[in-house]
Amino acid sequence: MLVVVLALLLISADLRLNEMAVTRATLSNLALPFYWVVDMPSRVMGWGRETLLSRSTLLEENARLRAESLLLHGQVQQMAAQRAENIRLHALLNSTVLLQDDVLVAELIGIVPDPARHQVVLNKGSRDGVYVGQPLLDAAGLMGQVVEAGTHVSRVLLITDTTHAIPVQVNRNGLRAIAEGIGRLDSLELRHVASTADIRVGDLLVTSGLGQRFPAGYPVAVVEEVIRDPGQAFALVRATPSAALNRSRHVLLVYTKAVGQTE
Amino acid sequence: MSEGGANGLWLIAATFLVAFLLAVYPLPAWLSWARPEWVALVLIYWVVALPQRVGVLAAFAVGVVVDILEGAVLGQNALALSVVAFLALALYQRLRVFNLWQQAAVVFMLLGINQLLVQWVQNATSQGAQTLIFLMPALMGALLWPGTLILLRQLRRRYRVS
Repeated sequence: MLVVVLALLLISADLRLNEMAVTRATLSNLALPFYWVVDMPSRVMGWGRETLLSRSTLLEENARLRAESLLLHGQVQQMAAQRAENIRLHALLNSTVLLQDDVLVAELIGIVPDPARHQVVLNKGSRDGVYVGQPLLDAAGLMGQVVEAGTHVSRVLLITDTTHAIPVQVNRNGLRAIAEGIGRLDSLELRHVASTADIRVGDLLVTSGLGQRFPAGYPVAVVEEVIRDPGQAFALVRATPSAALNRSRHVLLVYTKAVGQTE
Repeated sequence: MSEGGANGLWLIAATFLVAFLLAVYPLPAWLSWARPEWVALVLIYWVVALPQRVGVLAAFAVGVVVDILEGAVLGQNALALSVVAFLALALYQRLRVFNLWQQAAVVFMLLGINQLLVQWVQNATSQGAQTLIFLMPALMGALLWPGTLILLRQLRRRYRVS
């Protein structure tokens, strides 16, 4: 049948041809109004909740936020000193680049309805400078990377998708590994970790910066379970993502660029 | 086809628009497999009600829109929905004389074929479901068929779409 052949052609074109990526990015703008309309009820609810709050609750929240801001500012001061020290040490070691990251605040407006794929839709697109491969964070850790940048919306692949893998290292001792998504929002698996490797439950995994895709040093997951089976070649390591992958609404898109070039 | 028929195009388009919205409406993670195949349901209704107007080509066009919405491989839903429309075209005379629950059983089969084709394409691109849970949306769709049928039939009669 002609239509079936046409559909199969379309599928193979989409999978094989690079030109289709541009077409897809343009087409994804068509999806924006649908996600926008569907997102409306929760936005109206949020607005209603903020508008109808009592004065005392607002004052309370204000005070709490001010205290939190003060605390964070204090930590930033310390950070500044540490950063300067870090630059000096890097200079001593003759290492070249330090990364400083610029961010763009975006809002999550939709979730891809297919439960087998972990993707979300953001309200920022190439018009705002979003590009394919850009890392996405929330307040607690790394969430994923942009896989499709339309003009006004973009699609992000989460780190827990079965097609996603990310180079990480253990924050405690620098042990490197690859964290793969297994299709569950609350779990990642580390590939090819030697049975004798020094990795424990509770270790924080951060991005290693290898692979040139993600900037180094952002928290990814916390090791939840290490199974060393003598019958297996590698240890089985499971980790829980630090980011609230199914709850975060306000997220950060990171621009990675090199600054502070030293000798 | 009367003049009312030509005017009724907006109603068909509107029902598909609502189906698209329901298809992307965010659901909590534990409910995500229980989302019925709204677009396929509405498509089956219109093919059975107006086989001379809504057919395989319309199904293909609707399928491409669903692919864009879901960010799926282009052509995945277009393929599945075209086949469903083709089967519905072959079955519509029998389907019309069945009672509601017999119809629901046939609709379950059609939606199941839809899901199966989608799964084939997804597994070919290595990201499909691992278990038979992918039939869950078909089951939900079949359970909702009587309601959908009655609602859409009311609308079609009120606006005299034929």
